[in-house]
Amino acid sequence: MIVADRKPLAEILTLVRHAGRILLVGCQECVTVCLAGGEREVAELSLILRLARAQGRAQVDGPLEVITATVHRQCDDEFLAPLADQVANVDCVVSMSCGVGVQHMAAYFPHTWVVPALNTRFAGATIKQGLWEERCSLCGDCQLYRTGGICPITRCAKSLLNGPCGGSQEGHCEISADIPCAWQQIYDHLRTMGKLELIEEIVCVKDWSRARDGGLRRSVREDVS
Amino acid sequence: MNRLQGVLAAGGFAVTAEIGPPKGADPTRLRRYAERLRECTDAQNLTDNQTAIVRLSSLAACVHVLAAGGEPVLQVTCRDRNRIAIQSDLLGAYSLGVQNVLCLSGDHQSFGNHPTAKNVYDIDSIQLLGMVRRMRDEGCFLCGEEMKAPPRFFIGAAANPFADPLEFRAKRLAKKIAAGADFIQTQAVFDLERFRTWMAMVRDIGLDEQTAILAGVIPPKSARALRFMAQVPGMAVPKELLRRMESASDQQEEGKRICSELMEELRSVPGVRGLHIMAVMWEDVVPELVERAGLLPRPWQAASFSGRETG
Repeated sequence: MIVADRKPLAEILTLVRHAGRILLVGCQECVTVCLAGGEREVAELSLILRLARAQGRAQVDGPLEVITATVHRQCDDEFLAPLADQVANVDCVVSMSCGVGVQHMAAYFPHTWVVPALNTRFAGATIKQGLWEERCSLCGDCQLYRTGGICPITRCAKSLLNGPCGGSQEGHCEISADIPCAWQQIYDHLRTMGKLELIEEIVCVKDWSRARDGGLRRSVREDVS
Repeated sequence: MNRLQGVLAAGGFAVTAEIGPPKGADPTRLRRYAERLRECTDAQNLTDNQTAIVRLSSLAACVHVLAAGGEPVLQVTCRDRNRIAIQSDLLGAYSLGVQNVLCLSGDHQSFGNHPTAKNVYDIDSIQLLGMVRRMRDEGCFLCGEEMKAPPRFFIGAAANPFADPLEFRAKRLAKKIAAGADFIQTQAVFDLERFRTWMAMVRDIGLDEQTAILAGVIPPKSARALRFMAQVPGMAVPKELLRRMESASDQQEEGKRICSELMEELRSVPGVRGLHIMAVMWEDVVPELVERAGLLPRPWQAASFSGRETG
């Protein structure tokens, strides 16, 4: 899923400083799971924004009227259409979705100013209650078959493809004792699986043209389009 | 053939040293170090924004070393440049007379003075080695396009016997050799026992005969400097060495003594073909260390040496 977290309150207040009435929109997909932009977080932020403005803690004094909604999926026209009447009556839409949802909302309502309330962080998974960790860099050319299901492009700070750098010590990455060395994890897993020969092969330079570096990516399925 | 390659090809014991380029545009000290080191070492490594701190570029520093009569080793990391920029810099370096290159991953930018920078890592150090060798041996760019006048580098790589997993470290060296490493400069050795263990693994698979391994050393200038090194990821400093430095009345002299002892021990480790002295912020001490070790004069200074001198 896409993992996001909320922007600092001061930043959000700055983004809505010229607005008297906003529509705050959550999303029931990924950001609900990672507790950043679901119905509960929408209600919470709505309250905080209204209080901050009422108490004069924002850069601009004056009350803020907040209308709230949480749609099934912000990255789909079908779920944005029912918002049209509400959108027409506000100064600004604040999206509590990931960057995809924000952009989709802005494109769907081209005459309305849409701002993000979240910072979209990464494609990751829930590791335990309250902890999400990055797992995929969306590089478009999956290498996980080489490394026993542990992605070095994402989980190694240098995206190395041929084994651990000289900074790997006692299982952790050179950048922090809190971050495991992905290549130590790969090594340990391949040893358990009896497949260590996989990391003795030299992996050639990667084709990054299928990643973001290649320009806007599209996925086309002509059979259904 | 250049000095470093010539010494190794003749079966000699090589000595190289590291010079850190300045954090500014004045090359005076850099040139002075190069002049001091050119007679006592076979080649001088110019670091590439080491620990991700911005310094005068390795390539420009190499040119200053050449002008001072030295023999530079261009250090190239994968952190700041993609395959296009690296190949371009390699052509430029060779065109200016640089003949040695050391291929590295590079320290992560979070260590340096621009921790908010974006890193590149388009390719890794092993892919970089393969790219430089392909340019030299096949006369073509990474993409396969042929080039006129390929750069004929003597290609080096780093190895860290103190990083984990230890069991993979010799295998990783094998990959570097297979990719193109003619010579290896190791991380600084303080923990001789671990180094000997690693070298035994290296010899077991015959790697010492496929490349020239130069063992790294750092003369600690003070107990404080040694304590700092002990914290650096990928370094291993035994506690007794720390205690020895801390209790010394003359720490600089003790640092030289420790380094000389390590150099002596490392020379006797089978498979070690040279030493790489990284006197960080203390380049002036290198001539004395080499002299104490009885490694002067350098083989290429003899009239009978067949290698072609550079610079």
